[in-house]
Amino acid sequence: MQVQVLYFGVLKDLLRRDREQIDLVGTASVESLLSRIRASQSAPELPWNSLAVAVNQVYAQRDQVLRDGDEVALLPPVSGGSRASERAA
Amino acid sequence: MKIEFYQSPIPSDEILASVKAGPDGAVVLFDGIVRNNTRARQTLYLVYEAYETMALEQMRSLAKEALTKFAVRDVVLVHRLGRLEIGETSVLIAVASAHRGAAFDACRWLIDMLKKTVPIWKKEHFIDGAVWADGEPFPEEIVPNAMPVQLG
Repeated sequence: MQVQVLYFGVLKDLLRRDREQIDLVGTASVESLLSRIRASQSAPELPWNSLAVAVNQVYAQRDQVLRDGDEVALLPPVSGGSRASERAA
Repeated sequence: MKIEFYQSPIPSDEILASVKAGPDGAVVLFDGIVRNNTRARQTLYLVYEAYETMALEQMRSLAKEALTKFAVRDVVLVHRLGRLEIGETSVLIAVASAHRGAAFDACRWLIDMLKKTVPIWKKEHFIDGAVWADGEPFPEEIVPNAMPVQLG
């Protein structure tokens, strides 16, 4: 089966693409897709644990099973609104 | 209820005028604007991008929840995308209600939730380079044990 993967924000810059089709064999979860992407690219320092994942535009947990044709978006922490978050010093 | 992205300047005055109605005793307006610095580093301009279809759905869902949760009459939640100059409006939230307390509470809740859950990102362009804003860690129900790690 095949899924369409979308990258946003800093991920798009680091991975140098904003989308790709990925072929998966057998049963695959969000977690296994992430492992697959993680193993195949050259920016291993990406903070995978802080990313959210949306499947077909709805936030998904890591154990969600993927289906053929799913749109899977990798979302860095969001920063909409009017200013950067104030972090404790 | 008005939920929208703008690629051009947000018509704040027009939106404020259109949200008022007879039963209202108050309209609370949050006008989020582009600041000229981040942690004392001088900002030239910002570029916002969104996962537009999902973001609109999230914004719609937050607005609906605010109507129920705070019993306010109407909500406007609009965000600008693309390049924004210093002082321009990036997000505009208007809440109309019979009473001011509920309108203030709903407006504050909406901007706080938008900043945590709606897929919108900001790239800050400084005199000496550009970075994606860190963003806040996602809430526990979206990413369990999210790490507040800085993303390049």
